[in-house]
Amino acid sequence: MGELQEREDRLRTLMLASLAGDAASYRRLLTELTELLRRYFQRRLYDHPSGQVDDLVQETLLAIHARRITYDPKQALTAWVYAIARYKLVDLLRRSRQSKHLPIDDVADFIADDTVSAQSTDDRHDLDAMLDALPERTRGLIRRVKIDGQSVAEVAAATGMSESAVKVAVHRGFKALLARFGGKQ
Amino acid sequence: MTDDLIARLVDDLKPVPAGALQRRLLLAVLLGLAVSMPLMAIWLGFRLDLREATGTAIFWIKSGYTAGLGLAGLWAVEQLSRPGHRGRRPLRVALALVTATAILSIVDLALAPAEARPNMLLGSSALLCPFFIMALSVPFFAAAIAFMRRAAPTRLALAGAAVGLAAGALGAWVYSFHCTEGGLPFLALWYTLGIAAVAAIGALAGRVLLRW
Repeated sequence: MGELQEREDRLRTLMLASLAGDAASYRRLLTELTELLRRYFQRRLYDHPSGQVDDLVQETLLAIHARRITYDPKQALTAWVYAIARYKLVDLLRRSRQSKHLPIDDVADFIADDTVSAQSTDDRHDLDAMLDALPERTRGLIRRVKIDGQSVAEVAAATGMSESAVKVAVHRGFKALLARFGGKQ
Repeated sequence: MTDDLIARLVDDLKPVPAGALQRRLLLAVLLGLAVSMPLMAIWLGFRLDLREATGTAIFWIKSGYTAGLGLAGLWAVEQLSRPGHRGRRPLRVALALVTATAILSIVDLALAPAEARPNMLLGSSALLCPFFIMALSVPFFAAAIAFMRRAAPTRLALAGAAVGLAAGALGAWVYSFHCTEGGLPFLALWYTLGIAAVAAIGALAGRVLLRW
């Protein structure tokens, strides 16, 4: 029996016990699935802030819990889990496409590749100078999201703003930066 | 953070009995029926010759065609409400039913004398029939969408189409207790059109209504 098949059998047994109400099995199942999901999302979101992986793992665990009635005992458990995970991933990508006309990540690459990742202090100063052109609140948000690498959800929680407000503010800030500095290089 | 979440979810664990999802779907169908059937009876009325009609083949063909499509649709709804299922087999069954009925109708028309054909195809209620079917499918549609929203569809347009197929066919089944048309070609064309319209609406609405 292959390793994957062994894992499938083990997880499926845990799931069936969980559906019967066994809390200890359920705890072990969710703990193992957390690792499985983290690897799954990390492979697919390698160029996204790490906070997004954690957000998706938790959202998927919640969905597994709330919709566990839809698990068919004749079906492979991992197939069921991955189908939910993929739905959550596609949903995230669709939402982030819709919430902004100009993708934040593309603009972030423009700054990140040329400056931050170069680790040069000159570049860092240039970036600070550019950011100084923005209102203080927007500057803080961009710093947290794009330079410190916090997730939008974390920033929203820390500042008390809604997630969409954070995204909009960051997006507007980038647009303002592009309008001002985009032409020069 | 994730450990906290797991602890909360474990605390919230309640047993899920086998067949719980199917029972939920059955409840949705019964709810739809409990609204749609009285709606038909009050608004349109059972056909007056119902007793004699049950002795004719076409009454049972109409009832069987719509019930068969309804069951295939419900099977597709059940499959597509589960992540990782594609619902291909039920949709193939539905397609086979529609195709077989269409072929039989064409044979029926070809064998009939030319002057009888328009009546076999159009009857006396051709344009109204799809609209009545759509109206009577609304209760089923609402109940099945509510079911689907609490489940976990991952192909939203397809899941919505399955909801529409089931609701349209069950609405047509209810309508068949009012409808006095006696032509097989009429059934194949106008009933199918009404059901397909509800399925198309379901596919469009699914993308919006079934997100979770």
